[in-house]
Amino acid sequence: MLPTRISPKRALAIGFGFALLTACSVPEPGTDVHDPYESVNRATHWVNGELDRSALRPASQVYGTLVPGPVRRSVDNVADNLGMPSAVMNKIMQGDIGDAIHNTARFAVNTTLGLLGLFDPASDMGLEARDSGFADTLAVWGASEGAYLVLPVFGPSTERDTAGLVVDILTNPIGTVLGPKLGSQAEDANLDFTIASTLNSRFELTEAFDTILYDSADSYTQLRLFYLDSRRFSLASTSDDATVDLYGDLYEGLYDE
Amino acid sequence: MSNLTRRTTLAGLLATMGFASSPAFALATAEARSLIDDVVARITSVINSGKSESAMYRDFEVIFNRYADVPTISRSALGPPARSASSQQLNQFSDAFAGYLARKYGKQFRDFIGGEIIVQSARQVKSFQEVQCVAKLRGQSPFSVTFMVSDRSGSDRFFDLLIEGISLLKSERAEIGAMLDKRGGNIDALISDLKSAG
Repeated sequence: MLPTRISPKRALAIGFGFALLTACSVPEPGTDVHDPYESVNRATHWVNGELDRSALRPASQVYGTLVPGPVRRSVDNVADNLGMPSAVMNKIMQGDIGDAIHNTARFAVNTTLGLLGLFDPASDMGLEARDSGFADTLAVWGASEGAYLVLPVFGPSTERDTAGLVVDILTNPIGTVLGPKLGSQAEDANLDFTIASTLNSRFELTEAFDTILYDSADSYTQLRLFYLDSRRFSLASTSDDATVDLYGDLYEGLYDE
Repeated sequence: MSNLTRRTTLAGLLATMGFASSPAFALATAEARSLIDDVVARITSVINSGKSESAMYRDFEVIFNRYADVPTISRSALGPPARSASSQQLNQFSDAFAGYLARKYGKQFRDFIGGEIIVQSARQVKSFQEVQCVAKLRGQSPFSVTFMVSDRSGSDRFFDLLIEGISLLKSERAEIGAMLDKRGGNIDALISDLKSAG
């Protein structure tokens, strides 16, 4: 199952990932948000907003209107299924063998019964996706979150998540588990599917995205809060202390009279 | 990092204080859970009622006023400026804020049509109750919805709602703060704009 040799491309990717990782900056203790590059991030955020307004949002509207719902769902399913081998590898690297087996079973069911991933019978069988990327693995390995970053096109990230993303992009999910058999073709197909899925998410979540990006008085701060908190939540790294801080003075003096 | 130790220490601390096993707290947990059972049932019935958008927003506002601790949430969203605001301003802000939230989050709930929210578990965290739910929407992976409940207002009310770890209270604090900054700290201007925002 495992590739017999590590391709130069993959080695480079991993090396680059670690190089970025060691560059992670350290937050001041007690702060919730570590954003030393805020001015640069805000500029990128603005450009991304313009990009969304002029390209992604209109394209997603066209895609969502022209392509029927079931087809869009199938495209999503295929993209999800192609990502499963990579999720399996990452779960193994995280030492989460239970989830690795779960995802392998999901991949097997959807590839066979689901006609190469067009359909998703696995979810109905209780085998929902337990997605994972290299950024999650880095977190499990103890890499700190680093500074908040806004990437061109990709949007919100952190130093750690960017390192993970670079590795995810450069490592071919199909090749990771199935070896060179499906290799290059699958890589191209995956790229197409990813773009289509992105358009679909943008279409399905039009209201939510518009609310955050266009209706907010400070969309930068909202997006940063959404990204960091949901990321920490999914990595289960939210500490009880954070909750206590958040609600600490909530009822102070309010009902005491 | 030291998460595990911290959490374990906290759990140990609560246990030694008798929090974990106290019947009074078990009762509070059961009550919080039943409150959220009601909230979830009412939200679900509004979503699937097939009413017009504006009628749905009105229903959400009623639910919010009935089940949420609106004075506490709005005061917290307003942040430090709440201390210098008059009680009349606070009341007006609270009313405008409830309508704003109903519209803003009501729009998102449209995506919930045909979906369901299931209450899963409840537990005591410090002096409040945490009720854990899962939302299952059509064609989407299930996601986590958490209600934070307290009886400090005199009756059981929820004071925060977290979706996949994103706190409504925290995000509205940032949002209202930014809106107030844009209006040079003028609470009256904020109140009047909030009536049409969301």
